[in-house]
Amino acid sequence: MSLLQLLAQQDPGELEAGLTAVGRGIVYGGAAIGPGIGIGLVVGNAITAMARQPESAGTVRTTMFLGIAFTEALALFGFVLAFIISG
Amino acid sequence: MIASILALEVPSVPHVTIWEAGPLGFNKTAGIYFFATFMTLLLIFLGTRQKRLVPAGFFQNTAESSIDFVKNQIIMQTMGTDGLKYLPYMVTLFFFIFFSNITEILPGVQFPANSRFAMPVVLSLITWAMYMTVGIVKQGPLKFLKNSCIPPGVPKPILPLVALIELLQVLIVRPFSQAVRLFANMLAGHLILVTFAVLCAATWAASITLIITPFTFLLLVAMTGFEILVSFLQAFIFTILTALYIGTSMHPEH
Repeated sequence: MSLLQLLAQQDPGELEAGLTAVGRGIVYGGAAIGPGIGIGLVVGNAITAMARQPESAGTVRTTMFLGIAFTEALALFGFVLAFIISG
Repeated sequence: MIASILALEVPSVPHVTIWEAGPLGFNKTAGIYFFATFMTLLLIFLGTRQKRLVPAGFFQNTAESSIDFVKNQIIMQTMGTDGLKYLPYMVTLFFFIFFSNITEILPGVQFPANSRFAMPVVLSLITWAMYMTVGIVKQGPLKFLKNSCIPPGVPKPILPLVALIELLQVLIVRPFSQAVRLFANMLAGHLILVTFAVLCAATWAASITLIITPFTFLLLVAMTGFEILVSFLQAFIFTILTALYIGTSMHPEH
Protein backbone atom coordinates (compact mmCIF):
# COMPACT_ATOMS: atom_id res chain seq x y z
CA MET A 1 0.00 0.00 0.00
CA SER A 2 1.45 3.34 -0.99
CA LEU A 3 1.81 6.20 1.41
CA LEU A 4 -0.91 8.17 -0.33
CA GLN A 5 -3.42 5.35 0.14
CA LEU A 6 -2.38 5.06 3.77
CA LEU A 7 -3.02 8.76 4.31
CA ALA A 8 -6.35 8.63 2.49
CA GLN A 9 -7.73 5.96 4.81
CA GLN A 10 -10.30 7.14 7.30
CA ASP A 11 -12.61 5.65 9.87
CA PRO A 12 -16.38 5.98 9.36
CA GLY A 13 -17.55 9.29 10.79
CA GLU A 14 -14.08 10.77 10.88
CA LEU A 15 -14.79 13.19 8.05
CA GLU A 16 -17.97 14.47 9.71
CA ALA A 17 -16.20 14.98 13.03
CA GLY A 18 -13.36 16.82 11.36
CA LEU A 19 -15.67 19.04 9.34
CA THR A 20 -17.69 19.81 12.47
CA ALA A 21 -14.54 20.93 14.24
CA VAL A 22 -13.58 23.09 11.27
CA GLY A 23 -17.09 24.55 11.18
CA ARG A 24 -16.94 25.40 14.85
CA GLY A 25 -13.68 27.18 14.34
CA ILE A 26 -15.03 29.14 11.38
CA VAL A 27 -18.23 30.10 13.25
CA TYR A 28 -16.45 31.43 16.29
CA GLY A 29 -13.66 33.03 14.31
CA GLY A 30 -16.13 34.78 12.03
CA ALA A 31 -18.29 35.90 14.93
CA ALA A 32 -15.29 37.40 16.72
CA ILE A 33 -14.18 39.73 13.90
CA GLY A 34 -16.90 42.36 14.12
CA PRO A 35 -17.11 42.56 17.93
CA GLY A 36 -13.31 42.77 18.08
CA ILE A 37 -13.32 45.87 15.89
CA GLY A 38 -16.36 47.21 17.75
CA ILE A 39 -14.88 46.83 21.23
CA GLY A 40 -11.72 48.47 20.00
CA LEU A 41 -13.72 51.46 18.77
CA VAL A 42 -15.75 51.68 22.00
CA VAL A 43 -12.78 51.53 24.35
CA GLY A 44 -10.58 53.74 22.19
CA ASN A 45 -13.17 56.48 22.03
CA ALA A 46 -13.90 56.14 25.74
CA ILE A 47 -10.20 56.63 26.51
CA THR A 48 -10.11 59.68 24.25
CA ALA A 49 -13.13 61.10 26.08
CA MET A 50 -11.58 60.39 29.49
CA ALA A 51 -8.31 62.01 28.46
CA ARG A 52 -10.08 65.10 27.20
CA GLN A 53 -12.38 65.45 30.17
CA PRO A 54 -11.03 63.61 33.21
CA GLU A 55 -13.85 64.98 35.39
CA SER A 56 -16.43 62.98 33.41
CA ALA A 57 -14.46 59.73 33.66
CA GLY A 58 -17.04 58.05 35.91
CA THR A 59 -19.93 58.50 33.50
CA VAL A 60 -17.78 57.57 30.52
CA ARG A 61 -16.62 54.39 32.24
CA THR A 62 -20.18 53.24 32.98
CA THR A 63 -21.26 53.95 29.42
CA MET A 64 -18.15 52.21 28.11
CA PHE A 65 -19.00 49.03 30.00
CA LEU A 66 -22.53 49.17 28.63
CA GLY A 67 -21.19 49.59 25.11
CA ILE A 68 -18.77 46.71 25.60
CA ALA A 69 -21.62 44.52 26.88
CA PHE A 70 -23.80 45.26 23.86
CA THR A 71 -20.95 44.73 21.39
CA GLU A 72 -19.65 41.60 23.06
CA ALA A 73 -23.05 39.91 22.84
CA LEU A 74 -22.54 39.13 19.15
CA ALA A 75 -19.26 37.34 19.81
CA LEU A 76 -20.93 35.37 22.59
CA PHE A 77 -23.77 34.33 20.28
CA GLY A 78 -21.08 32.93 17.98
CA PHE A 79 -19.47 31.17 20.93
CA VAL A 80 -22.76 29.50 21.89
CA LEU A 81 -23.56 28.68 18.26
CA ALA A 82 -20.20 26.94 17.94
CA PHE A 83 -21.32 24.54 20.68
CA ILE A 84 -24.76 24.05 19.18
CA ILE A 85 -23.30 22.87 15.86
CA SER A 86 -23.12 19.09 16.01
CA GLY A 87 -21.83 16.56 13.54
CA MET B 1 -24.03 9.49 43.44
CA ILE B 2 -21.52 11.44 45.54
CA ALA B 3 -19.44 11.92 42.41
CA SER B 4 -22.41 13.37 40.56
CA ILE B 5 -23.07 15.86 43.37
CA LEU B 6 -19.45 16.94 43.54
CA ALA B 7 -19.28 16.77 39.73
CA LEU B 8 -15.94 15.05 39.91
CA GLU B 9 -16.30 13.38 36.52
CA VAL B 10 -15.91 16.01 33.84
CA PRO B 11 -18.60 15.90 31.14
CA SER B 12 -17.60 16.31 27.52
CA VAL B 13 -17.88 19.81 26.12
CA PRO B 14 -21.12 19.46 24.06
CA HIS B 15 -22.90 18.27 27.21
CA VAL B 16 -22.74 21.62 28.96
CA THR B 17 -26.51 21.96 29.02
CA ILE B 18 -27.16 18.57 30.61
CA TRP B 19 -27.73 18.52 34.34
CA GLU B 20 -26.26 15.54 36.15
CA ALA B 21 -28.55 15.28 39.13
CA GLY B 22 -28.24 13.58 42.48
CA PRO B 23 -31.12 12.95 44.91
CA LEU B 24 -34.10 15.33 44.36
CA GLY B 25 -32.25 16.84 41.41
CA PHE B 26 -29.67 18.34 43.72
CA ASN B 27 -26.26 18.76 42.16
CA LYS B 28 -23.21 20.98 42.32
CA THR B 29 -24.90 23.83 40.46
CA ALA B 30 -27.83 23.84 42.88
CA GLY B 31 -25.40 23.67 45.79
CA ILE B 32 -23.57 26.74 44.53
CA TYR B 33 -26.86 28.61 44.19
CA PHE B 34 -27.69 27.74 47.79
CA PHE B 35 -24.24 29.00 48.75
CA ALA B 36 -24.78 32.26 46.84
CA THR B 37 -28.19 32.83 48.44
CA PHE B 38 -26.79 32.09 51.88
CA MET B 39 -23.79 34.39 51.40
CA THR B 40 -25.99 37.25 50.16
CA LEU B 41 -28.30 36.89 53.15
CA LEU B 42 -25.36 36.58 55.54
CA LEU B 43 -23.56 39.66 54.24
CA ILE B 44 -26.63 41.87 54.39
CA PHE B 45 -27.69 40.42 57.78
CA LEU B 46 -24.28 40.89 59.41
CA GLY B 47 -23.85 44.27 57.76
CA THR B 48 -27.11 45.69 59.03
CA ARG B 49 -27.31 43.97 62.44
CA GLN B 50 -25.90 46.95 64.29
CA LYS B 51 -26.57 50.11 62.35
CA ARG B 52 -23.77 52.25 63.71
CA LEU B 53 -23.71 55.84 62.52
CA VAL B 54 -20.01 55.61 61.74
CA PRO B 55 -19.60 52.27 59.95
CA ALA B 56 -17.24 49.91 61.72
CA GLY B 57 -16.22 46.35 61.11
CA PHE B 58 -15.73 44.42 57.91
CA PHE B 59 -19.35 43.47 57.24
CA GLN B 60 -20.92 46.87 57.77
CA ASN B 61 -18.23 48.55 55.67
CA THR B 62 -18.60 46.04 52.85
CA ALA B 63 -22.38 46.14 52.88
CA GLU B 64 -22.58 49.94 52.99
CA SER B 65 -19.94 50.57 50.36
CA SER B 66 -21.45 48.05 47.97
CA ILE B 67 -24.95 49.43 48.46
CA ASP B 68 -23.48 52.86 47.78
CA PHE B 69 -21.83 51.49 44.67
CA VAL B 70 -25.08 50.03 43.35
CA LYS B 71 -26.91 53.23 44.19
CA ASN B 72 -24.44 55.69 42.65
CA GLN B 73 -22.94 53.71 39.79
CA ILE B 74 -25.98 51.74 38.66
CA ILE B 75 -29.27 53.29 39.68
CA MET B 76 -28.48 57.01 39.61
CA GLN B 77 -26.74 56.62 36.22
CA THR B 78 -29.67 54.87 34.54
CA MET B 79 -32.94 55.50 36.38
CA GLY B 80 -32.42 58.62 38.47
CA THR B 81 -34.06 59.18 41.83
CA ASP B 82 -37.27 57.46 40.73
CA GLY B 83 -35.38 54.20 40.61
CA LEU B 84 -34.30 54.19 44.24
CA LYS B 85 -37.21 51.95 45.19
CA TYR B 86 -35.59 49.22 43.10
CA LEU B 87 -32.40 49.43 45.19
CA PRO B 88 -33.09 46.29 47.30
CA TYR B 89 -33.71 44.14 44.24
CA MET B 90 -30.64 45.48 42.45
CA VAL B 91 -28.36 44.91 45.44
CA THR B 92 -29.68 41.35 45.87
CA LEU B 93 -29.29 40.64 42.16
CA PHE B 94 -25.76 42.00 42.14
CA PHE B 95 -24.63 39.95 45.13
CA PHE B 96 -26.39 36.79 44.02
CA ILE B 97 -24.80 36.85 40.56
CA PHE B 98 -21.43 37.82 41.99
CA PHE B 99 -21.37 35.03 44.57
CA SER B 100 -22.50 32.39 42.10
CA ASN B 101 -19.80 33.57 39.66
CA ILE B 102 -16.94 33.83 42.12
CA THR B 103 -17.06 30.09 42.87
CA GLU B 104 -15.29 29.83 39.51
CA ILE B 105 -11.99 30.54 41.25
CA LEU B 106 -12.70 29.12 44.74
CA PRO B 107 -10.28 26.24 45.26
CA GLY B 108 -12.11 22.92 45.48
CA VAL B 109 -15.26 24.22 43.83
CA GLN B 110 -13.86 25.70 40.59
CA PHE B 111 -17.19 25.98 38.88
CA PRO B 112 -19.28 29.08 38.13
CA ALA B 113 -22.92 28.12 38.65
CA ASN B 114 -24.00 30.61 36.00
CA SER B 115 -22.24 28.58 33.32
CA ARG B 116 -25.44 26.51 33.26
CA PHE B 117 -28.15 28.14 31.23
CA ALA B 118 -31.08 27.82 33.64
CA MET B 119 -30.53 30.57 36.20
CA PRO B 120 -29.45 33.32 33.76
CA VAL B 121 -32.66 32.63 31.83
CA VAL B 122 -34.76 32.87 34.99
CA LEU B 123 -33.07 36.11 36.05
CA SER B 124 -33.46 37.69 32.62
CA LEU B 125 -37.13 36.62 32.47
CA ILE B 126 -37.65 38.35 35.83
CA THR B 127 -36.06 41.45 34.32
CA TRP B 128 -38.30 41.11 31.25
CA ALA B 129 -41.43 40.84 33.42
CA MET B 130 -40.30 43.84 35.47
CA TYR B 131 -39.69 46.23 32.59
CA MET B 132 -42.82 45.14 30.73
CA THR B 133 -44.92 45.67 33.87
CA VAL B 134 -43.31 49.02 34.66
CA GLY B 135 -43.78 50.20 31.08
CA ILE B 136 -47.42 49.16 30.91
CA VAL B 137 -48.26 50.62 34.31
CA LYS B 138 -46.31 53.88 33.95
CA GLN B 139 -47.03 54.69 30.28
CA GLY B 140 -50.15 52.69 29.46
CA PRO B 141 -50.12 49.74 27.03
CA LEU B 142 -50.52 51.63 23.74
CA LYS B 143 -48.11 54.40 24.59
CA PHE B 144 -45.55 51.85 25.79
CA LEU B 145 -45.90 49.95 22.52
CA LYS B 146 -45.49 53.16 20.53
CA ASN B 147 -42.50 54.34 22.54
CA SER B 148 -40.71 51.01 22.32
CA CYS B 149 -41.41 50.62 18.58
CA ILE B 150 -40.68 54.10 17.27
CA PRO B 151 -37.40 55.69 18.31
CA PRO B 152 -37.35 59.47 18.00
CA GLY B 153 -35.88 61.10 14.91
CA VAL B 154 -36.23 58.23 12.43
CA PRO B 155 -36.87 59.16 8.77
CA LYS B 156 -40.31 58.12 7.47
CA PRO B 157 -39.26 55.66 4.68
CA ILE B 158 -37.38 53.26 6.92
CA LEU B 159 -39.81 53.55 9.82
CA PRO B 160 -41.59 50.16 9.30
CA LEU B 161 -38.29 48.27 9.29
CA VAL B 162 -36.98 50.11 12.35
CA ALA B 163 -40.27 49.60 14.20
CA LEU B 164 -40.18 45.85 13.54
CA ILE B 165 -36.56 45.56 14.66
CA GLU B 166 -37.17 47.63 17.79
CA LEU B 167 -40.25 45.59 18.70
CA LEU B 168 -38.32 42.34 18.26
CA GLN B 169 -35.51 43.80 20.31
CA VAL B 170 -37.75 44.74 23.22
CA LEU B 171 -39.72 41.49 23.19
CA ILE B 172 -37.11 38.83 22.42
CA VAL B 173 -33.55 40.03 21.91
CA ARG B 174 -33.17 41.87 25.24
CA PRO B 175 -33.84 38.94 27.61
CA PHE B 176 -32.12 36.46 25.30
CA SER B 177 -28.94 38.48 24.94
CA GLN B 178 -28.89 39.27 28.66
CA ALA B 179 -29.10 35.58 29.56
CA VAL B 180 -26.62 34.49 26.90
CA ARG B 181 -24.15 37.20 27.91
CA LEU B 182 -23.94 36.03 31.50
CA PHE B 183 -24.00 32.34 30.62
CA ALA B 184 -21.48 32.47 27.78
CA ASN B 185 -19.04 34.70 29.63
CA MET B 186 -18.92 32.37 32.60
CA LEU B 187 -18.74 29.26 30.41
CA ALA B 188 -15.93 30.76 28.34
CA GLY B 189 -13.98 31.73 31.45
CA HIS B 190 -14.46 28.29 32.94
CA LEU B 191 -13.28 26.62 29.72
CA ILE B 192 -10.22 28.88 29.55
CA LEU B 193 -9.24 27.97 33.11
CA VAL B 194 -9.82 24.26 32.45
CA THR B 195 -7.80 24.42 29.23
CA PHE B 196 -4.81 26.03 30.86
CA ALA B 197 -4.95 23.71 33.87
CA VAL B 198 -5.04 20.65 31.62
CA LEU B 199 -2.26 22.13 29.50
CA CYS B 200 -0.13 22.58 32.64
CA ALA B 201 -0.63 18.93 33.56
CA ALA B 202 0.06 17.76 30.01
CA THR B 203 3.26 19.74 29.61
CA TRP B 204 4.39 18.61 33.07
CA ALA B 205 3.88 14.96 32.18
CA ALA B 206 6.04 14.91 29.05
CA SER B 207 9.62 15.74 29.93
CA ILE B 208 10.44 17.44 26.65
CA THR B 209 7.70 20.05 27.05
CA LEU B 210 8.61 20.72 30.67
CA ILE B 211 10.33 23.91 29.60
CA ILE B 212 7.05 25.61 28.68
CA THR B 213 5.23 24.57 31.86
CA PRO B 214 6.15 27.80 33.74
CA PHE B 215 4.59 29.90 30.98
CA THR B 216 1.33 27.94 30.95
CA PHE B 217 1.26 28.10 34.73
CA LEU B 218 1.84 31.86 34.79
CA LEU B 219 -0.88 32.33 32.20
CA LEU B 220 -3.20 30.18 34.34
CA VAL B 221 -2.53 32.44 37.33
CA ALA B 222 -3.09 35.54 35.21
CA MET B 223 -6.33 34.11 33.82
CA THR B 224 -7.53 33.33 37.35
CA GLY B 225 -6.99 36.99 38.23
CA PHE B 226 -8.79 38.01 35.06
CA GLU B 227 -11.74 35.78 35.94
CA ILE B 228 -12.18 37.60 39.28
CA LEU B 229 -12.60 40.78 37.24
CA VAL B 230 -14.99 39.04 34.84
CA SER B 231 -17.14 37.69 37.70
CA PHE B 232 -17.50 41.18 39.12
CA LEU B 233 -18.00 42.79 35.72
CA GLN B 234 -20.72 40.35 34.65
CA ALA B 235 -22.65 40.90 37.88
CA PHE B 236 -22.28 44.66 37.33
CA ILE B 237 -23.35 44.48 33.67
CA PHE B 238 -26.35 42.25 34.35
CA THR B 239 -27.53 44.61 37.10
CA ILE B 240 -26.93 47.79 35.12
CA LEU B 241 -28.74 46.38 32.08
CA THR B 242 -31.71 45.47 34.28
CA ALA B 243 -31.68 49.02 35.64
CA LEU B 244 -31.33 50.47 32.15
CA TYR B 245 -34.27 48.48 30.75
CA ILE B 246 -36.51 49.42 33.68
CA GLY B 247 -35.28 53.02 33.31
CA THR B 248 -36.23 53.21 29.62
CA SER B 249 -39.67 51.82 30.51
CA MET B 250 -40.06 54.51 33.19
CA HIS B 251 -38.73 57.46 31.22
CA PRO B 252 -39.16 56.95 27.45
CA GLU B 253 -37.01 58.98 25.10
CA HIS B 254 -38.76 61.93 23.57
